[in-house]
Amino acid sequence: MEKLRERAAALLADGTVSLVIGFEEGTKRPRPFFCRTSDQASKLIFDSRCFHNLAVYVTKKELVGKEPFAVTAPIATLRSILQLYVENQLKEEQMLILTADPAGELFELRSFDEISAYVANFELKRGEREEEILHKIEGMTREERWQFWLNEMSQCFKCYACRSACPLCYCTKCVVEVNRPQWIHPWPAPLANMEWHINRAMHMVGRCTACGACGEACPVGIPIDLITRKMMEDLAPEFGYIPGLPARQGNALSSWRLDDREQFIR
Amino acid sequence: METKYISKEGLGRWFDAIVASEKRIYAPVKSRGQVDFKQVKSLSEVADEYIQTTQSIKAAVFPKAEILFSYEKVNGKVNLTDFDPNSVPETVLWKVHPCDAAGFRPLSAIFNWDSADKLHNAHLSRTTIVSYGCAIADESCFCTSVNGGPGNLNGSDLQLTMLPDGGAIAEIITARGETLASLCPDAFVADRGDDKSAHLVDLPARFSLEEVQSKLNKAFDSSVWKQQSERCLGCGACAFVCPTCACFDIQEDVHGSKGRRIRCWDACGFSLFTLHTSGHNPREHQSQRWRQRILHKFSYMPERLNVVGCTGCGRCSRACPVDMNILEHITSIAEQ
Amino acid sequence: MSERNTYLPYLMTIDKVIKEAPGVKTFRLKFQNEEEAAGFTFQAGQFGEYSAFGEGESTFCIASSPTRKGYIECTFRETGRVTGGLSSLEEGSTMGFRGPYGNTFPMEEWKGKNLLFIAGGIALPPMRCVIWNALDLRENFKDVTIIYGAKTVNDLVYKSELKEWEERPDVRMITTVDPGGETPDWKGEIGFVPTIVEKVAPSAENTIAIVCGPPIMIKFTFPVLAKLGFTDEMIYTTLENRMKCGVGKCGRCNVGKLYICKDGPVFSKEQLNLIPAEEY
Ligand SMILES: Cc1cc2nc3c(=O)[nH]c(=O)nc-3n(C[C@H](O)[C@H](O)[C@H](O)COP(=O)(O)OP(=O)(O)OC[C@H]3O[C@@H](n4cnc5c(N)ncnc54)[C@H](O)[C@@H]3O)c2cc1C
Ligand code: SF4
Ligand code: SF4
Ligand code: SF4
Ligand code: SF4
Ligand code: FES
Repeated sequence: MEKLRERAAALLADGTVSLVIGFEEGTKRPRPFFCRTSDQASKLIFDSRCFHNLAVYVTKKELVGKEPFAVTAPIATLRSILQLYVENQLKEEQMLILTADPAGELFELRSFDEISAYVANFELKRGEREEEILHKIEGMTREERWQFWLNEMSQCFKCYACRSACPLCYCTKCVVEVNRPQWIHPWPAPLANMEWHINRAMHMVGRCTACGACGEACPVGIPIDLITRKMMEDLAPEFGYIPGLPARQGNALSSWRLDDREQFIR
Repeated sequence: METKYISKEGLGRWFDAIVASEKRIYAPVKSRGQVDFKQVKSLSEVADEYIQTTQSIKAAVFPKAEILFSYEKVNGKVNLTDFDPNSVPETVLWKVHPCDAAGFRPLSAIFNWDSADKLHNAHLSRTTIVSYGCAIADESCFCTSVNGGPGNLNGSDLQLTMLPDGGAIAEIITARGETLASLCPDAFVADRGDDKSAHLVDLPARFSLEEVQSKLNKAFDSSVWKQQSERCLGCGACAFVCPTCACFDIQEDVHGSKGRRIRCWDACGFSLFTLHTSGHNPREHQSQRWRQRILHKFSYMPERLNVVGCTGCGRCSRACPVDMNILEHITSIAEQ
Repeated sequence: MSERNTYLPYLMTIDKVIKEAPGVKTFRLKFQNEEEAAGFTFQAGQFGEYSAFGEGESTFCIASSPTRKGYIECTFRETGRVTGGLSSLEEGSTMGFRGPYGNTFPMEEWKGKNLLFIAGGIALPPMRCVIWNALDLRENFKDVTIIYGAKTVNDLVYKSELKEWEERPDVRMITTVDPGGETPDWKGEIGFVPTIVEKVAPSAENTIAIVCGPPIMIKFTFPVLAKLGFTDEMIYTTLENRMKCGVGKCGRCNVGKLYICKDGPVFSKEQLNLIPAEEY
C-alpha cells in the first residue's frame, strides 16, 4: 500500500497524471476517492476491503476530463475496464492502472493487453454469499425461482442505484427513460419492476463481468448482481469465453464468427 | 397531552384491540435481512433490536406510485374517475421513530404550502402515528442536531417509551392518539413517574443548525459541492429512503382506451430531473444536483416553508452506495 | 363539496386547429362543462398543464388573451410523447387542461407606458397573450413595438396575426429571420433578434421591454437593452424550467427558494438577478 501511495504521489507530482481515482478510509469502510494532489496521496488506501468498482467513474467526462489519469484498481475494476475497452468507451493513452497483488507487489498497467494478461492470473470464483444464494436458487423449480425473484423485485423502488453503480451502465439516456415508445413503465410496481429488471438483464448479457457493484449498491438488498452473474457463468462456456475476462473480439451476443457452431448465424 | 403507564400485558391487549378495530397496521418487520414497514396482524411480528428501518414510513402518506385519477375514452369522449379519498383505509403506523414522525411536517409542508394536495391529505387524515422513543442509535443518527431528539414528540399522535419491565410510558399527544388509546382504555393506567430520559439514548448534537444555515446562505458558489460530490453516483437511493423527500414525477399508464395518471417518486439527484425539452439542462453536473439536495433541505425549505427538510434519521448515509455521509458533509460545512 | 383534486384536468373540446409552422400548432379549446367554464378566469402570463389522454401532460402557456372570453388557446411544438399525442388530435376531440398556474404580467402597473415586445421562435405564444391583452385595451398604453424573429420564414408562427399587427397603424411591427432563413420575396429584416433590436433602437424612455425566447437569445438581448438605457426593473421575461405538477409540489422547477411554477414564469430582470443564473 505504501508503494502505491508513493507511486501515486510521484505521478501527480511530476504531472504524468492529474488525477488518481482510488480509495480513502470512509465512515464505515473504504470509499472512492479523487486524489488530485500529491499531498492527498497519503490518504490513499488499497486493501481487500476496497470493493467499489472504480471503473464506474472512468467514463464520466465531467470527472476525468481530457488529461491523463490513474486508477488504483482491484481485480473487479480491472475486469470492467477491459469490458469498457471492448466497448470502445476508453482511450488506452489516457489511463494508467495502478494495482497491487495480494502480496502487496505494485503493478502498472497501460493497455488492454497488459491488463488482460494480469487479470488472467485470477480466476473468477463465487464468493461465499454468491455461492449460498445461487446454490439455493439453482435448487429451485422454475416456478419457485419466478416466485423468489418476483418477491425480491417487488421490493425495488427504482432508485437506480444499481444502474448508477454499474460501470457498464454508461448510457446518458437509459432504456427506462425512453418514452417513445415507452418500453418500461417507469414507476415502481411489481410488474413494472420486472420489466425494468428483465430489460436490465438483457442489456447485460455477455457484458457483465460479475463485479457485484449493482447488488452491493441496492439499498433494499436485492441480490440483482446474481442474475447477470449467473447469465455470464452459463453463457461464457457456451461461447468459449473465460468468465470475467472480456475478449477483444467483442461480446458474446454482439459478435459473429465464421466458425460458429450454430447454423442460423451463417 | 396526558402521560400514562401501559404494562406489557396491556400493550398486547391494546394492540389486539387495534387489530380488531380493522385498522390497517404498518410496523417494522424483519425480513430478507432488512427491517422495513410492512402490514402486520400481531405484535409478535414487530421487529426488535434494530437501529432504523431501511426505508422511511413516508410511503404511507406519499405512496411510491399512486393513481391520481383514471379515465376511459369512449367514442371520442373522455370519462374521468376521480381519486376517492374514502378508498384510503384508516391506518396505524406502529413503532415509528421520532425522526420519521417528525418527517411528516416537512412532507405536508411541501404538499400543502400552496394548494391542498387532496391525495396526501386523504392519507394523512386517516393515519395515526404511534412512535417509540429511541433507546439505541448509531453513528449516522443526528436528530438532536436538527431540532429533534430520541424522545421528540413532533408528528406523533402517541409515543411509547419502553421500560425494562416490558411496559411503557405512554404519552398521548393528540386527539387521534386519544381515540386510538380509547380502543382499550383500561390498558392505560396512571403514570408511575418513570423518568423518560433515563430510557432514551443519549445523543449529543453534532452541529449547530443556525451555523450551518448561515454558512449555506453564502455557499451557492462554494467549491465544497464539487469536492463533496465527486464520488456521488447520481442515483435516487438517498431521496427514496428519506422521510422528507417529496419530489415526484407524473406518468401515464395506458391500457387500450383506458388509462390512469400516476404519480411516482422522483429525485433531484437524477441527471434528467431538470432536463429541458430543448436539451438544455440547468443542473448538468452532479455537483449542482448535490448542492440542490443540501440547499433544498437546509436552506430553501427553512426559508420558504419554515421547516428544515431533514430530521437527522441518517438513512441516506446508510443507504448511499458510496458513503456520501450527510452528517460528515454538513458538519464539514458548519466547520468551514 | 370536497376540495378539488389538483391533478384532475378539466375536459376540453378542441374547437379549432391552426397549423402555424412545421411541427407547430395552435389549439382553441372550450370547456365541456359549463360550470367549469363560468368559473374560469386567468391573466396574461399564466400557463397550464395540457393532457393528451394516453400520453400524459405537457406545460404550455395560455396563448390567448384574457380579454377574449369563452375559450383558451395554446400553441405548441411537437417535441415528444405528449406533444406528439396532442398533435394527432383533430377538431372535436377531447383533451385535458388544468390551470391557470403561475404569476402574471403586471399589466396594471404598465398603464401609461410604451410596450416593447421582443420574441424569438416558438416563444411568441406567451407574448401573444400579452400583445392581444394590450391591444384590446389599447388606450391604456402608449407606443407598442413588436420585434419578432424566427430561424426561417417558414418558422414564423401566427402568420395571419403578424400581418394584422403589421397593418395596424397603432403598432410598430418588425419581423426578422436569421441570415439564410429568408425567401426571395421576404420584405422583413434579416438578422438575429439582438442585432435587430440594436438596429431598431427603441427608446427606453417610459418603456417596458418584454423578452421571450430561447435562453441564448435572451442572453444576448439583455445587454443590448441595457445599452439602450433599459434598467433591470423595466425588462420582463418568462422562464421555462422543466415542470410536472405546475403547483409547487413536485420539486422539479425549484430554483433557490423559488418555484418557477408559482413565483414565475414571469420575472422582471430585477427579480431574476436574485436567483442563480446557472439554474434556469
Ligand atoms: C412555463 C412553460 C411554458 C411553456 N410554454 C410552451 C408553449 O407555449 N409552447 C410550447 O411548445 N412549449 C412550451 N413549453 C415547453 C413544453 O412544456 C415542452 O416542450 C413539452 O413539455 C414537451 O413535451 P412532450 O411531453 O411532448 O415531450 P416529452 O415526451 O416529455 O419529451 C420531451 C423531450 O424530453 C425528453 N424527456 C422527457 N421525459 C424524459 C424523461 N423522463 N427522461 C429523459 N428524457 C425525457 C425526451 O427525450 C424528449 O426529447 C413551456 C414550458 C414551460 C415550463
Ligand atoms: S438499486 Fe435496488 S431498489 Fe434501486 S433500482 Fe436497483 S434493484 Fe431497484
Ligand atoms: S449521495 Fe449516494 S445515494 Fe445519493 S445520489 Fe449520490 S450516490 Fe446516490
Ligand atoms: S436527508 Fe438523510 S438524514 Fe436527513 S431526513 Fe433525509 S434521509 Fe434522514
Ligand atoms: S432534496 Fe431533492 S429530492 Fe429531496 S425534496 Fe429536496 S429537491 Fe426533492
Ligand atoms: S412544476 Fe412541480 S414544483 Fe413547479
